Amino acid sequence: MATAALPETETTTRKAAPGGQPKSWYQKNRLQIAPWLFLAPAMLFFTVYVIAPIFQSMWISFYAWDGLGEAEWVGLGNYSELLDDDRFYTSLWNNLLWLVLYLLAVPAGLFIALFLNQTVTGMRLYKSLFFFPFVISQVVVGLIFSWFYNPNFGIVGKVWEFFGAVPPSILGDENFVTYGIIFAGLWPQIAYCMILYLTGLNNVSPDQVEAGRLDGAKGWKMLRYVILPQLWPATFLAIVVTVIGALRSFDMIAIMTQGGPYGSSNVLSYFMFEQALSEYGFRMGYGSAIAVVLFLIMLVFISYFLWNMYQDEKDGH
Amino acid sequence: MNSLFKTTIVGAFAAALTLSSAFAGDLVINFDDPNPAPKAGFEAAVEAFKAANPDVNVTVNINDREAHKTAIRNFLSADAPDITAWYPGNRMAPFVDAGQFEDISDLWASDPNLSTSFEAIKPTMTRDGKQWGVPYSYYQWGVYYRKDIFDKMGLAEPTNWAELLDVSKKLKEGGVTPFTIGTKFLWTAAGVFDYLNLRTNGYEVHNALTAGEIKYTDPRIKKTFENWKELMDAGGFVDNHATMSWQDAIAPFANGDAAMYVMGNFSVASYKDAGLTDDQIDFFQFPEITPGLARAEEAPADALFIPSGAKNKEDARRFLAFIAQPEIQGEWNKTIGQLPPNSKAPINTEDKFIVQGFETVSTASGLAQFFDRDAPAEMAKAGMEGFQEFMIKPERLDAILERLDKIQERVYK
Repeated sequence: MATAALPETETTTRKAAPGGQPKSWYQKNRLQIAPWLFLAPAMLFFTVYVIAPIFQSMWISFYAWDGLGEAEWVGLGNYSELLDDDRFYTSLWNNLLWLVLYLLAVPAGLFIALFLNQTVTGMRLYKSLFFFPFVISQVVVGLIFSWFYNPNFGIVGKVWEFFGAVPPSILGDENFVTYGIIFAGLWPQIAYCMILYLTGLNNVSPDQVEAGRLDGAKGWKMLRYVILPQLWPATFLAIVVTVIGALRSFDMIAIMTQGGPYGSSNVLSYFMFEQALSEYGFRMGYGSAIAVVLFLIMLVFISYFLWNMYQDEKDGH
Repeated sequence: MNSLFKTTIVGAFAAALTLSSAFAGDLVINFDDPNPAPKAGFEAAVEAFKAANPDVNVTVNINDREAHKTAIRNFLSADAPDITAWYPGNRMAPFVDAGQFEDISDLWASDPNLSTSFEAIKPTMTRDGKQWGVPYSYYQWGVYYRKDIFDKMGLAEPTNWAELLDVSKKLKEGGVTPFTIGTKFLWTAAGVFDYLNLRTNGYEVHNALTAGEIKYTDPRIKKTFENWKELMDAGGFVDNHATMSWQDAIAPFANGDAAMYVMGNFSVASYKDAGLTDDQIDFFQFPEITPGLARAEEAPADALFIPSGAKNKEDARRFLAFIAQPEIQGEWNKTIGQLPPNSKAPINTEDKFIVQGFETVSTASGLAQFFDRDAPAEMAKAGMEGFQEFMIKPERLDAILERLDKIQERVYK
């Protein structure tokens, strides 16, 4: 409402001015129009760059089109092909793995945050060191981990050899590769959740902790019934960010395996890129169909989150 | 004051005139290789053209190879240069079909040099009976091997399948993996497949396969994979190849853990960068498998094309005719260590790989471009993934071939 405050005062002063000219339609309706004027640029760009492309993708997904020549209408052809495509199911399954395992970042971040939330000399330094992986680019994280995993010279290989075993080729084996990438992805994500919890812990009310203590709550009980409920906003945010991060995981896969070996570490977002935009792709229609499926999956989560936030807002007022 | 004003006006006018006349002779070229040698070779050719045609003002944009592959789709329709680098075979098909490349059959017909000295490579530059570009370079594929390791173990260059298997077994017994390869980016596996198939079934069958005329489950193609399996059982390829690029795979080759590499000639510079000398490495043609089969080779070409949206097509044609000349092609390819497609061009006789490569391709009965240029993009991608999967899980062969059949049916419909 702050935006509307200025025109309002103006209108009142004008009204008070003696001998004022007859007011135009705009002047009469300033109060209603002003917020829309302020919103207009954002709404315009959001429509052009976000809303319209969503519908455009849906539209393209009904065509077979290489991005250059004539687009050919195939109706639901791309979708029926998708249902018959093993690579699609591999990607879907990997997306599910990402979703479930990536959420481990939330409890892990909480644990580290609790551990770091104490007053010891140099704590700021430790905190920033723990936060460090989130600062460096995902591309760098991916690169570092692919060196770690290299069975010939990586640290994983060396450890294996120390125990006299033959090191596995984590990124070259269809059974390990997705876990290997998710593990690498967890490293920065845990740091992110940790920061969310650290700020949350700052806001935990000391009175309630004190009251809990008087009632004899300690350790696990204190955490479960006194601290965690107060951390709910941080937890909610951490889950939202992690779920969305898991569904749009792309950079790690592009850097570490390019979806390989033979497509076994693909997820929907990378599969879409591969089909629509990579060197051997340029099947715009098929890529769009994948994008639509991914969008629908995301929509389930996003609408739940939005609904949840809306409920909170309502209760707050 | 007045006269000063006048001179300024006149000067501006004159400048505008020269500017517009220069504009008429502007030639913009988008090239796709910023590495030192390819860049030097290309720039030398451009300098020679400038010296011979002082009226043409040449502008050169050199982009990274991978970036170029993505950018070409935009610049062809949005802001077309007068000449662009691209690849022949099926790789040019989407642009030709979409009408984005200029038909230069007239140049091929009218230029005596182009019409007589490019017979071997002309079919790859042809689509729908018309020519679309001019090749400036190509290179041989084959087996690069560690001569010092072979000598130490008393092995000779294999000339047929039994000898290759024998060499592989002996290397393996001596603690050396026969072949290095890095299949992370898939295409290296296609090189091995192409050769096994060319040697098992010959050029006609290989072409029919990449043209979608025979199935992957065909007994002849299955035979190719059986041979591949045999090679793997005889010692085969380095472990973990799925995580390595072709450059990464040079490491085991350079430190003596692996002794052979099925590769293109562009890789020689990288072997030398890895510390190997001319005495340590040598080349042999991929050995015969089916006795008596005419020998075909892989020889991918690089070429220059005129986009149909080019502003200065006249000078672009002049440039293409210019770089097709034997001396220019000879000099250019000497710099980049490859072969000139012009059959009358001199080759660098001091480079033993070039000499052997020339011998290899000039006596070949047919030239294949490469799996990912002969087959359409989608088929190529699926095929190469299949080859990689086969190399890791050979027991899945039947499932892989059936999947490829399914994709083939859709792609070539």
